[in-house]
Amino acid sequence: MTIAVRHTWFMVGRQLRNLMREPIWIALLLVQPMVWLLLYGQLFKRVTHLPGGGFGTTSYITFLAPAIVIMNSFFGATWSGMAMISGLDRDVLPRFLATPVSRISLVVSQIVRSALIAVIQGAIILLVSLALGVRVHTGVVGWVVMLTAAALMNSAFAGLSQGIALLVRKEATMIAIANFIGLPLFFLSSTLISIRQIPHWMQIAAKFNPVNWGVIAAREVVLPGTDWNSVGFHLALLFALSVATAAFATWTFRAYQRTI
Amino acid sequence: MDAIVVDELRKRYSDVRALEGITFGVRTGEVFGLLGPNGAGKSTTVKVLATLTKPDSGRAEVAGRDVVREPNAVRRAIGYVPQSSGVDRDATGRENLMLQGRVQGMSGRALESRVGEMLELLGLAEAGDRVVRGYSGGMKRRLDVGLGLVHRPQVLFLDEPTTGLDPEARAAMWDELERLAEGESLTILLTTHYMEEADELADRLAIVSRGRVVVEGTPEELKQSLRGEAVEVELGDGRAAEAEAVVAALDGVLEATVDGRRLRSRVASGARAIPSILSALEAKGIGVEAVTTHRPSLDDVYLHYTGREFAAEDEQGRAGDSGGNGPR
Repeated sequence: MTIAVRHTWFMVGRQLRNLMREPIWIALLLVQPMVWLLLYGQLFKRVTHLPGGGFGTTSYITFLAPAIVIMNSFFGATWSGMAMISGLDRDVLPRFLATPVSRISLVVSQIVRSALIAVIQGAIILLVSLALGVRVHTGVVGWVVMLTAAALMNSAFAGLSQGIALLVRKEATMIAIANFIGLPLFFLSSTLISIRQIPHWMQIAAKFNPVNWGVIAAREVVLPGTDWNSVGFHLALLFALSVATAAFATWTFRAYQRTI
Repeated sequence: MDAIVVDELRKRYSDVRALEGITFGVRTGEVFGLLGPNGAGKSTTVKVLATLTKPDSGRAEVAGRDVVREPNAVRRAIGYVPQSSGVDRDATGRENLMLQGRVQGMSGRALESRVGEMLELLGLAEAGDRVVRGYSGGMKRRLDVGLGLVHRPQVLFLDEPTTGLDPEARAAMWDELERLAEGESLTILLTTHYMEEADELADRLAIVSRGRVVVEGTPEELKQSLRGEAVEVELGDGRAAEAEAVVAALDGVLEATVDGRRLRSRVASGARAIPSILSALEAKGIGVEAVTTHRPSLDDVYLHYTGREFAAEDEQGRAGDSGGNGPR
């Protein structure tokens, strides 16, 4: 076990070092959430005045910011399998497999790397939100909860993405699947608008949508009247999903090894 | 003691039979070549020995450990240089070597000094702290070899070490490997589909065809096992099959095969056979463009033992590879 942890740490270190060498990457990954936060947030700022309400605040940007942290984390996760595919394409992974490296660390490190990036991006998004006047009702605890939600949201879908990458092993297929999963789950949630404003069937669907679990947990701690039970429950759901998808990714890794 | 024992290995990928009872042994300290066309089973053999994949049946031992029952013991004892480069292109050469050493259980000063030594040895001292993306093909390949050697393994597997390199880089790599083989007192198993490479590097070699060893020996032994000389006739027109039958029937001709418009034969004496070959072909009205003769090469050895032209099977092997069998 300690070997697995140590090897995971080596592998995460390798990936983060490589990423730090091109920090422009993190900046590029932040452009999209900034567009949502700055442009979309302005464009629809009056949406909070809709009859029926349900926003919990009159400041749309306050409503939106925690959800953008989750959205960014979610989309980042759906793409994280691409790194695995490029490791398969070149013989990087086989080279490691001929060493005593812990097998599980090769999979888990990809998930940890992806989640760490999501947390860093989430913190940057929150800092920008702070500058835009967003106030986190529960303070520092709220920040911790939001970043935890971002990490769990990311690892849940990074596990899935790694698993799919190991099954399809082709970048084009991976892109198609990421889009196929990403957009519907994004729109079937209360990311952009209050749950009370969306059609009834969508409200039902959103209950089972992990993206919505993350959005609820993150938003609860920003708005007044935080329901801690709901926060805990939804974080627990995300944690359970993370464990399940990590197990799925490990299983697909074994399947991949059988095809070498 | 033998560093590598391979006994009756069999393996199939869905409908492709990759190994069909391959058997050979490699002595400690020697450079052993597995020679054969793509798809012959060389890479699959190496993957079994490097514990990447399990055989369906048969037994294999590396450095005295069974590859199926004690994979981690084998992994500590070997270095594996895969067919396509396994270096992390976004990291520096030094970082690549450090990480490889760490997962092999090295650490601290010992690792740092070993990595420095490897960079020096591979001629990468200057480039060690540059990102690999900027390396030339030859530098990248040398780093690959370094990754296989950093933890001082007993056995090194080189899967097609010079494929994709230009002739100059290939020659440099050969020098490099010869030097390493001497300096590090290693057992090396290398696969190649280049005759000259096997001839140049291997102390002993096995010719592999369709998942089994067809012949084994030193390059010299193999060449000498073919008596006589090789005579190659370039035919002027398309009557190759007829020409083969005519020449094969001549006295002093040991064997004859055709490949396109080339008729290859092995004869007891070139000086006596060439006139009779030419007159026999002329009598049938078969035109001849050119005639050459040479001492048997490994090409001829391959032809003799497999009954197929090396290059021709190579093409077949490739066609088979793209048919979607397991190993990429």
